[in-house]
Amino acid sequence: MLLVEDLHKSFEDFTAVDGANLQVRQGELVAVIGPNGAGKTTLFNLITGHLKADRGRIRFLDREINRMAAHEICRQGIARSFQIANIFHRLSVFRNVQVSVLSQKKLSRSLFRPAQTLVVEETRRILESVGLLGKQLDIAGSLSHGDKRILEIAIALGNEPQLLILDEPTAGMSPEETASTMELVKRLARDQGLTILFCEHDMDVVFDVATHIMVMQHGRTLIQGTPEEVRRNATVQDAYLGGA
Amino acid sequence: MTRSLILSRSSFGWSAALLLVLLLVPAWAGRFTIYILAFVFVMALLAMSLNLLVGHGGIYQFHHAAFYGVGAYTAGLIAAKTAWPVWVGFCAGPLMAAAAGWVIGLFCVRLNKLYFGMLQISLGSLIWIIALRWYSLTAGDDGIHGIRMPELLSGSVTIYYFLLAVVTVCLLSLYLVYKSPFGVTLRAIRDNPQRCEAVGINVRRHQLLAIIIATFFAGVAGVLFVVLEGSIFPDMLFWVLSLEILIMCLLGGWFTFFGPVVGAAIMVTLRTFVGSVTEYWTMVLGIVLILLIFFLPEGIMGINFRNWSRRRSRRAAARAAEDTDAAG
Repeated sequence: MLLVEDLHKSFEDFTAVDGANLQVRQGELVAVIGPNGAGKTTLFNLITGHLKADRGRIRFLDREINRMAAHEICRQGIARSFQIANIFHRLSVFRNVQVSVLSQKKLSRSLFRPAQTLVVEETRRILESVGLLGKQLDIAGSLSHGDKRILEIAIALGNEPQLLILDEPTAGMSPEETASTMELVKRLARDQGLTILFCEHDMDVVFDVATHIMVMQHGRTLIQGTPEEVRRNATVQDAYLGGA
Repeated sequence: MTRSLILSRSSFGWSAALLLVLLLVPAWAGRFTIYILAFVFVMALLAMSLNLLVGHGGIYQFHHAAFYGVGAYTAGLIAAKTAWPVWVGFCAGPLMAAAAGWVIGLFCVRLNKLYFGMLQISLGSLIWIIALRWYSLTAGDDGIHGIRMPELLSGSVTIYYFLLAVVTVCLLSLYLVYKSPFGVTLRAIRDNPQRCEAVGINVRRHQLLAIIIATFFAGVAGVLFVVLEGSIFPDMLFWVLSLEILIMCLLGGWFTFFGPVVGAAIMVTLRTFVGSVTEYWTMVLGIVLILLIFFLPEGIMGINFRNWSRRRSRRAAARAAEDTDAAG
């Protein structure tokens, strides 16, 4: 489904991604792990078009997406959440998701129909699936941190993605919120047949949820494999799992 | 049914009452009051058109008066220098303003925030220089005065009703845009353009469309000024007027739909009545602005929005408390 080959990205003197490789197959839950500064977020930004790669290839569903703008990549079927809650703070929870559904249905530029009558059912269904329907009229900026992160996932779902990319979906959450968020992620993958690529620092979460893991270090791919393969890898144990 | 989908019952009631009062004004008011109100209509439309970009789109259109001037000059020059019917100028004015908005917007949307604003001021000032220096066409800083209007638009009351009708239709159109999927998307772009890109929205294209719509209505306001005053002059395109329109949006509340109308009414009233007492009326405006920044940072109509947000937050907090109680 997604193939990343020999990807490079530098910022002046600093090389953030230095020959990363990644493969994601349909239906997998792939975790990208690595220490801070390993290049995980930059890799996600490159895949979703928020940064342009210096070198390398990104193919999604057999189509080259390297040169596409972020909004075009989204239209190919890739949606994402960001590391810091990235929502529409002044809009209501309902509108946050509706914006994304309207975009998906190519209604964003419609001028002569009241928005409040459009894609209402679709929007409510998504909010219900993530448990935010009861807060649909709240201003998004007033939500708790955990709810903002969930709202981000709901916004991404509005695009009916085939591949959902989550950048540290549980960052800043309490253990209870982390558990329920990851439960939600698993449920979405199962019920909606979503393929999910995520990065996460909590190793318990990673090894519990992921079907495959890619380990990054200094912008490079150290290894990609099943959790067992990764756990057994000596280099990974030394570099990241602390010899565990 | 349609009405209830677009306007809430209270908004509809207030708007209808205001329209009724404005329709009845010529029955008791003198010529001066009618003129001032007509001028408020023009400024209100101009401010509303700017607010579509600044308030709802987060687009730093710092030199909006340029497009007001393009609309006015197109209509004025066609009326004064050609044998074409005046109505041709009335239609051409907004279209030319929108075309100018499109061309300038094409360059500006490639930049962000302040850089957008700076380039926009520069390109808008070019239009002002053309109006100021092209003597053979525009009569330079003298401007053109005494532009004749058709018989149909002769008396001050007739002009008042004409302006009221056009402005009502324009505000209704802007309201439909505000409530449309495009309006919602525009507010989302204002809040977070990066997120919009990530949900498949072509931000630049939406911003460009917003600029075309806003400059079209600025052009309509320019035409209405020509109808009201029978004059065109370069100050109409000067950046000082752009600043005044921006202040109107700030005063009234730029996150609200009707805020700029209130701001325009306050500005015109201050200029007219305080300006007749002292030439330093801008000092009074300065004091009003300082008070506003401290006590009503979201403008006069923003009070409602703040209260509404607070009510929502309180309701959310109450619900959270109920959930906790239930869980406990």
